[in-house]
Amino acid sequence: MNRKRAQGRFVFFCIAPAAILVTLFVFIPTINVFRMSLYRMGGITNRKTFVGLNNFKSLFNDTNFLQAMQNTIAIIVLVTICTIIFAVLFAAILSRSNVKGKNFFRVIFYIPNILSIVVIAGIFGAIYNPSTGLLNTFLEAIGLDFLTQQWMGNQRIVLYSIIFALVWQAIGYYMVMYMASMAAIPEDLYEAASLDGASEMKIFFQVTLPLIWSNIRTTLTFYIISTINLSFQFVQIMSNGGPNGHSEVVLNYMYKQAYGASVYGYGMAIGVVIFVFSFALAAIVNKITDREVLEF
Amino acid sequence: MKKDVKVSGIILKIVIYIALIAMTISIIVPVAWVFMASFKRNAEFIGKGVNPWALPEQLQYQNYITAFIDAEIGKFFLNSVIVTALALVLLLLFALPASYALSRFEFRGKKILNAAFMAGLFVNISYIVVPIFLMLSGANRALGVDFFLDNRFILALVYAASSLSFSIYLLSSYFKTLPKGFEEAAYIDGCGYLKTMVKIMIPMAKPSILTVILFQFLSFWNEYIIAFTLMDEHSTLAVGLKNLMAVERTATNYGIMYAGLVIVMIPVLVLYVCLQKQLTKGMTLGGLKG
Repeated sequence: MNRKRAQGRFVFFCIAPAAILVTLFVFIPTINVFRMSLYRMGGITNRKTFVGLNNFKSLFNDTNFLQAMQNTIAIIVLVTICTIIFAVLFAAILSRSNVKGKNFFRVIFYIPNILSIVVIAGIFGAIYNPSTGLLNTFLEAIGLDFLTQQWMGNQRIVLYSIIFALVWQAIGYYMVMYMASMAAIPEDLYEAASLDGASEMKIFFQVTLPLIWSNIRTTLTFYIISTINLSFQFVQIMSNGGPNGHSEVVLNYMYKQAYGASVYGYGMAIGVVIFVFSFALAAIVNKITDREVLEF
Repeated sequence: MKKDVKVSGIILKIVIYIALIAMTISIIVPVAWVFMASFKRNAEFIGKGVNPWALPEQLQYQNYITAFIDAEIGKFFLNSVIVTALALVLLLLFALPASYALSRFEFRGKKILNAAFMAGLFVNISYIVVPIFLMLSGANRALGVDFFLDNRFILALVYAASSLSFSIYLLSSYFKTLPKGFEEAAYIDGCGYLKTMVKIMIPMAKPSILTVILFQFLSFWNEYIIAFTLMDEHSTLAVGLKNLMAVERTATNYGIMYAGLVIVMIPVLVLYVCLQKQLTKGMTLGGLKG
């Protein structure tokens, strides 16, 4: 009996500090996002008035918000598609084919993932600089002057410049992940396929891809969550939404409203919308990509 | 027929190599270029007819000295070291006992606690950074102090809290794999619960602890948005660099800016070169990104 109580005390003192810390800095702030979204608050006076769902109503008449939402969705879709294609292809190449220097390529491709978002922003600043940038001067050097651009200044292009940077930093991470699940596919499946005379292409589409499908599905949720997050930090540093809102993303808009303009209630309403949106999107994607799981 | 297959195989191979090399170039060239640019004089960046691909005329290591002292990168570097180290210590101090208790003991409410910590995995810090800021500034106002914001210890505490869920998830799944016999033997030898945990069980979890340290080192060192929101004078390197980038770009003092970028990159790159095997292996173990 005494031992039981001693054990209970031990368990309590082990868990309590962690539980308190998470409650204080994760759960309470999360609840606050939802609670504050129902108030009009902020500004110099910092007065709080309950306004119900009014913040949400004005949100859907706010063209800046709608544009940010549109941009965010475009970024999620394009980044996910491009990253998956490159990451799966490179993973297949590096784990299946007999190219030389596999290890070298794997090590290099993962580098963008370990760099701080600030460093990546700095690097792309150097690449996209209109007059002395690496990209424009390279295009001029190979005689493609007509392709040079104001990569961050042109309203029609800025979003794609940001998407490119996001894909660039994500490929290596997901590639390593897909390589791990490809490594789990038993060798005899490939042997059987090539004995049947299947080409490398066919093996890729009929063996590799179906067998790592459940892994790809899991990563779809990661793509949604991390793209929303990374696009925010990237935009915040690189363009802050400009020019003219054409690279604005929702989380950055939220941050500007809440932290910059101190319109906390309205900012938090944006946060709630993105929160719900990302979960709904993840659920929908999860549902429509549901296939019969192939076992090996 | 046979020849066709062979030819298409060679073409495929060429395409594969081109793709691999293009991706490699797109990573190595910009990173190497930043290293090179950090040694250039300012005149080599601006003006007509400047070629950004040219090698530096001389090694302007002065850029580093200016960045470190005048642009206060040295101060930010020290802050980053302090915050990262403190956050790692705090994280392990909180996460290890919790994950040990959650994985090795049976007690009432265990399921709920596990679920609660798991739920923390789904909260993205970008959403809650403003409420955290408001909470801390509210605490300042309520107590009439200036303590909670721009405080390196508080920042480290927030870092530790934000990665607790993930670390507990990773550590407790490792603790679960350890055989039960060790604790029983320790109890019979007269070891108490605390001693058993500290002296016997935690040392056995070393591989998973190293994974946590490695990943969280990278994420704390590189973290930007929390530090940007909560810190001011005592900011970390990432924020200092962002401010430097903003200032230097308008003052067009590029050499110093690139020197700053290199200073942020070097610890991470060195660590990566030494530990890249563990890093990519550990990633599939955790399978999650913060």
